[in-house]
Order: sequence, then C-alpha cells, then structure tokens
Amino acid sequence: MSQTIAVIDYGMGNLRSVAKAVEHVADAADKVLVTDNPDQILSADRVVFPGQGAARDCMAAISNHHLNQAILDAAKSKPFLGICMGLQVLMDFSEENGGTELLKLLPGQVRHFERDTEENGQRLKIPHMGWNKVRHIDNHPLWKDIPQDSRFYFVHSYYVEPQNREIIAATTDYGIDFTSAVARDNLFAVQFHPEKSARDGLILLRNFVQWDL
Amino acid sequence: MLAKRIIPCLDVDNGRVVKGVKFVDIRDAGDPVEVARRYDREGADEITFLDITASSDNRETIVHVVEQVASEVFIPLTVGGGIRTVDDVRRMLNAGADKVGINTAAVFNPEFVKEATDRFGSQCIVVAIDAKCVSADGEPLRWEVFTHGGRKSAGLDAIEWAKKMADYGAGEILLTSMDRDGTKIGFDLELTRAISRAVSIPVIASGGVGNLDHLVAGVKEGEADAVLAASIFHFAEYSVGEAKQYMAERGVEVRL
Repeated sequence: MSQTIAVIDYGMGNLRSVAKAVEHVADAADKVLVTDNPDQILSADRVVFPGQGAARDCMAAISNHHLNQAILDAAKSKPFLGICMGLQVLMDFSEENGGTELLKLLPGQVRHFERDTEENGQRLKIPHMGWNKVRHIDNHPLWKDIPQDSRFYFVHSYYVEPQNREIIAATTDYGIDFTSAVARDNLFAVQFHPEKSARDGLILLRNFVQWDL
Repeated sequence: MLAKRIIPCLDVDNGRVVKGVKFVDIRDAGDPVEVARRYDREGADEITFLDITASSDNRETIVHVVEQVASEVFIPLTVGGGIRTVDDVRRMLNAGADKVGINTAAVFNPEFVKEATDRFGSQCIVVAIDAKCVSADGEPLRWEVFTHGGRKSAGLDAIEWAKKMADYGAGEILLTSMDRDGTKIGFDLELTRAISRAVSIPVIASGGVGNLDHLVAGVKEGEADAVLAASIFHFAEYSVGEAKQYMAERGVEVRL
C-alpha cells in the first residue's frame, strides 16, 4: 500500500538530502512530499521534521510558516521523525541565542557543549562534527538491523537534556554522555543526520518508513 | 569517541575529475559521479569537490555533478571553488551540497563569511585557507595566507586569519599547505598543529599526502580533526578502506 511521507519545509536548512534519502528507502509507490502546508502535514501518513541553523531562527521560521500547531499535532498522532534541530526545538528551552523558548512538547533543556573540554590531551572541538558512536538504550524498532555503537554523522554545538530520562533512546560520548536520540510513543528524534550517515543512516530511515505503531 | 575523518578530494574541471601536481601537471582520471560512488563504497567519511573550472560559463557543470552525486551518495558533500556570493552558496546547497568551501572571496571580503554563516548556519560554511611558510631559516615559523593558487600573498598571518574566520562563524577550516601541495612528502605538521590549537572549530589538514603514514601523522602530530587527500586515493595507490584500516592499527579512532 502506498503512503505519503511529508518532509516539513520551513526554510531552515537543506531538505533536498533528507527528501532524497527518504525517497531512496521508500517504496516506489510512496510519495515523498516536501511541504510547508499544515494540511498536507496533517494528512500525511508519516512526517519527517528536519532542521539546521540557530534555535531562534528555527522558531521564527516555524512561526512565520504557521506550522507550530501542525508540528505539535503530527508529533502526537503519527510516525514522526525529528532530525537535528527537529529534535532540539521539541524541547522547552534552549540556551542558544541568549535563551530561546521552544515548542515545549518534550520537557527539558537544550545546552551548549562545555568549552575547552579535553580528551586524551586534545581539546574537543565545537561544533561536534563527524562520525560518532550511538549507543542504543532500548530495543526500539527504529534500531532494527543497526548494530550497537554504530557511527552516525553529527554536526551540532548544542545537545538535548530531557527531564524524563525514560525517553532517552540513545546516548553518545563527546566529553559527556549526551542524549543522541529520544523516543516517545509515535515520536522518534535524533541529533545526528541519518540522511548523511551512509548505510546505517539509510537503515534507520527505512525502519522509519516501515514503522508500524 | 568522535572518529577522525578521511576525506577524499576530487578536483573537477568542466565536469571531469583532474588533479594538478603543484597546479600545473594535470592528469584526467574520470567521471566525478563514478569516483564519488567508489569512495562512498570504500568508506569515505565525506567527499570534497573542488571546482577548478576557469570559465564562469561552465560553472553550471559542477551543479549537475553535485545533484547527481547527492541523489545516490548519502555522506556529507562539500563543494569549493569559485564561491563568491550568497547566491553561489545557495545554489550549491540546493544542488545537494552539505557544506560550501569559501577561499579567495573570504580574503577579499571577510564580511561574506559572516553573511553566509548568518544566512545558512555555521555548519555548512568551511573556510579554506591556503598557507605558505614565510619565515626565513632560523626565524620562528610563520605562515601567510596566499591566493591565486599560491602565487600571491594576501599579507595576512595564517593563524590570526583562522581565528578571525572562526569568530566570523566558520564551522570548519580546510587548511592547505601550499608548500606541500602536490609534493607527496606529507602535511606541514607544524602549520596544522598551530592552526588546530589556535581555533576551537575542526581543522581539516590538506596538501602533501603521499602515503598512509602521512595521514596518521596529520592526526597524531598535526592534531587535525580530519585529513584530506586527492591523488593517493585518486590513482588507486591506496583505497580509502586501506587508509582507515592502517590508521586504526596505529591507534587513530576511525569509522570502519
């Protein structure tokens, strides 16, 4: 049966690669729709919520596109995948840009990596950029066929700190153990970029387009 | 722990892959899409395209190359060469590039880097620095930023310039030693270490790789976060997979 997968487009970042990667793993009959239309997002079978850039710009862009309610509704009602800023903006509040109020779907904060942290005598660079290990905490269906500690591609300077630790689906070590994925009901959101993480990233996206709630 | 990245670089002229030795002796070695696919299969962590097309009339060829590669290769792609305006950046990102390298345009107009990072985010702006040692024998080492393929000094101290570009929002520095580029005698490790220690953003070492020990040294002694090489991968002297295996055996954290 064919399905529609909406990729939310609110003008923040490069959606082409997300859409291409989803198309690559979806059935030929599936429709991948890059859209900023709330009705299309709400009528889609699945929703991917990517994002890049600064927290304040992302929130402003979501608001300018009148997408706040559609994102919140979709995130509560159907398979929903947040990527990078699409994870961070689901939280309450970010330290970025002198403090930014977020969508407040998931209780918790977004924090900046500590500066001048050292590991093996070398200072850890910020942004955290490159391939790092993702340690699954649970047996979520989106981890199917992905070995424990597989590397995914990250690029970010802030990380999420959920209040409820039960939603943590994976952690990654970068000076600290930070939350690299969260899961709650129909929602799954990751700090890394599955669309840029070669084979394992494509497996995660395939698992998402096949995810039966 | 974060892996050190191995980045093959493809010099592209009019849509074809080439590699200049000291930017003069150019050999043709294939179709960029084919080469990118091969690097991806071998486990490259990213791929960088450097567009060296001289005529602006043919600039569109690189856009098509990026579009094609981005449709089937799902690792980060960087495009540099001839990026001068916010529109150039946008065109490359829309074609499917994840990062855009800014070199000469940053030297002539540093505000462009600010504008580009404000508009598209630091994560996609790589500032490329071509540096050359300018200190005389016996003097403390000093490097300056060069333009025009290493022929003209911009009169800027390379370390100060790297710091400034990081302050202006660059997400990463691609550092090429013009003394070493094309020589195959290894990275300028002193330069790489000096820049890597001076900035808090990642530094990619480039210029001079001739064997796999050079890659190891770039990370261990040069303290680079990533290493970029063209010809050793390009003429299949070593595969990217062999390079990573070799580095892992010598204690470098890599993605295998």
